[in-house]
Amino acid sequence: MAEYKGSVHEHSKKIMTDWYGQLAQACHTGAPSAYIMITGNCVEILRAFDIVPIFPEVNALQLAIRKQSLPFILKSEEMGYSSDNCAYVKCDAGFTAEGGIGPDAKIPTPNLIVCNFVGCNVYIKWFEHCAEYLKAPLFMIDVPFLREDELRKDDLTYVVAQLKELIAVCEKVTGKKFDIDKLREVCDHSRRAEDGWARAKDLCKSSPAPFDAYFDSINMMGPINVLRGSKEAADFFDAAVVEFEEAVAAGRGPLPEEKVRIVVEGPPPYPYYRAFRDLFAAWGAVAVQSTYSTVGGIWEWGYRHDSKKPLESIAEHMIVHNICNRPLLKRYDQIKRYVEEWKADALVIHSIKSCRLFSAGQGDMRDYFTNTLHVPTLMVESDLEDPRYYAHAQMKNRIDAFFESLEHRRLVARS
Amino acid sequence: METTPVLERCRAILAGGAADAVARWKGPAIGCFPVYTPFELYHAAGVLPVGLFGAEGRVELAHADARFQSFVCSIAKSTLELAFQKKLGGLGGLVFHSICDVARNLASVYKRNFPELFIEYIHLPQNPNSAAGPAYMQSELRRVLGRVEQWVERKASDDDLRRSICLYNRARALMRELYALRSASPEKVSAVEAYQLVRAGTYLAPEAHSEILVDALAEIRARQGKRMDRIRVIIEGAFCEQPPLGLIEMLERAGCYVVDDDWVAGWRWFTSDVKETGDPYAALAEAYLNASRPSSTRHDWRRPRHEELVERVRAHKAQAVVFTPAKFCEPALFDYVLFRRTLDREKIPHLLIEFEEKMWTFERTRTEVETFAESLLFD
Repeated sequence: MAEYKGSVHEHSKKIMTDWYGQLAQACHTGAPSAYIMITGNCVEILRAFDIVPIFPEVNALQLAIRKQSLPFILKSEEMGYSSDNCAYVKCDAGFTAEGGIGPDAKIPTPNLIVCNFVGCNVYIKWFEHCAEYLKAPLFMIDVPFLREDELRKDDLTYVVAQLKELIAVCEKVTGKKFDIDKLREVCDHSRRAEDGWARAKDLCKSSPAPFDAYFDSINMMGPINVLRGSKEAADFFDAAVVEFEEAVAAGRGPLPEEKVRIVVEGPPPYPYYRAFRDLFAAWGAVAVQSTYSTVGGIWEWGYRHDSKKPLESIAEHMIVHNICNRPLLKRYDQIKRYVEEWKADALVIHSIKSCRLFSAGQGDMRDYFTNTLHVPTLMVESDLEDPRYYAHAQMKNRIDAFFESLEHRRLVARS
Repeated sequence: METTPVLERCRAILAGGAADAVARWKGPAIGCFPVYTPFELYHAAGVLPVGLFGAEGRVELAHADARFQSFVCSIAKSTLELAFQKKLGGLGGLVFHSICDVARNLASVYKRNFPELFIEYIHLPQNPNSAAGPAYMQSELRRVLGRVEQWVERKASDDDLRRSICLYNRARALMRELYALRSASPEKVSAVEAYQLVRAGTYLAPEAHSEILVDALAEIRARQGKRMDRIRVIIEGAFCEQPPLGLIEMLERAGCYVVDDDWVAGWRWFTSDVKETGDPYAALAEAYLNASRPSSTRHDWRRPRHEELVERVRAHKAQAVVFTPAKFCEPALFDYVLFRRTLDREKIPHLLIEFEEKMWTFERTRTEVETFAESLLFD
């Protein structure tokens, strides 16, 4: 069984546990809290007001990893949700209906629901439902999709205007005046975390890569996504980079031997996270890059939050520098760069039923990489949240067949 | 099926599809994927907006299934298939909108596989509360028109745009009249007939559509019609992928008078006329933000859709709502949950039947609808 060794994992677990503790405390103290989505978000604004951010996606993900998602999904289907609706939403809806949110629970009823509509249309529905169930005020931030190659000034103006409108709402909710210097400080913490995360990912260009940029990235997505803007997250990545640089110097990777370097596209099957990982570890396959780890932000190529222009840099991040607000074809370009610059041998696409943003059209992606770029590509299917869509035997067969064939091709190429 | 000379004209237009539409227009044409699109922009630049609703069961999927998974709606796949089989009927461009994640990805897949086509994607605003909304929408309209002008190498002036607004206003007003007439006297105009009258407009220039509607309305008003024992229903959920005509016919035969629906919603989008004077971009933006019909593809929490549905039920004196989402349609299936919850609270009966564009048999669904209708009629 593959086991990631290192203090980074433990450190990540600790700070995430602390965050959950903060949420539980807010249930008792009534400290202001707000729902917000992970992808391309403006959590910096909430942190500038000391509003505790709550991420329903992360709660859903945690429930799935702990194999607790199915009863909530079934509950939601009794409420009328379809088998074809996103299971993240269904798990959250069922969890809410079963009393998971509120003063007697571990997650507080939010004072505000901030829907950062960044690519994912389901986000809008999800937070409309939350607003209805929890009777909490809903604030929509409409982030124009990246429709052209460059950032449009009018799009930036629109998002910045909405951020200012959000600031006015946060002032009412907290009774505090907006402090631009506090926002600048928060943006500096974000920038430092982004520097660390980008550096960590860059280190995976080494062979062996010091960590699995898919499976281990998911541990680190806590600090970079949930805790971005906090000093703790910035410190975490400073420490993580030191550990990874040591690992690179020592030629140490997450597996005894790195035999195949892969790029992975799509979220993992959380209810079978460990089993899924083991299927790749069995072949010595290590992810050197992943697209899913960029849902919160694409930091690899230099973009950072900027305390000198906090609102503009927050807005630009939301529009341009996260995977969900970018067209599918830009994801192809992103993956192509990953394959080339991180010297990957193959692409693995994990197509999930719940998420059409990620998955709809991945057949075309497979066609592009296989037939146009001639990158060996495997596509497998299951779901990120609903355990009913994961068939282990078939998954194992597909993965084994792929890596066997890859091994054979390499043998033939060498001889 | 009943018929009149006007309806025969409509059926011929529908049978001829995009190919005949383009031939009649004798100019560039753009396929408009659902739901709403700013028709006036294209029309002002001399481009005919044509409804793009997939293949509606008329082609076998030979290529699209390999690009899109099984859990993706039919309309997305069959729309892509049309291009693979060169059956776009002379459309030189397509426009997609921010209605759902599938439509967005479809635009990308189209761009990669058919680089010879003009493809545009419009991000329609989802925050009508924002003071910055009008400026954003106007900038998006200008951006899109600029791209269209580059494509067809023809400029559209503000006067051209205002003229197009007038023409589309007229057609939309006539469709609103048709719907009001059907709600008041459903025995005079069937849902099938109303559907074909509206749908024909997706292949016509607006003035030609208005002519048909004027003739149709005059003829319908003159009818006697005999009221039958049917329940008055609102149909909700088929705003993108369109139901087969057989499904609509079945709903009526099974005991329903359709007094309101969201079929072909994008072409009947505004609840009142767009302002015809002054800045046309400002007029279209204002109309989009404040005079759009409620839709599962548009967020407007000033008047949540589930509460608006109840108001509409009361306004049309409907006895029930029949939800008809297309299979795998995310926006419709999500909205169903809050719709259902609210209708239960208000004790308004409702039924859910999913459909696919390529359905051709409706017996099982007919039994469900008949049972539902009878339970209300004889309660």
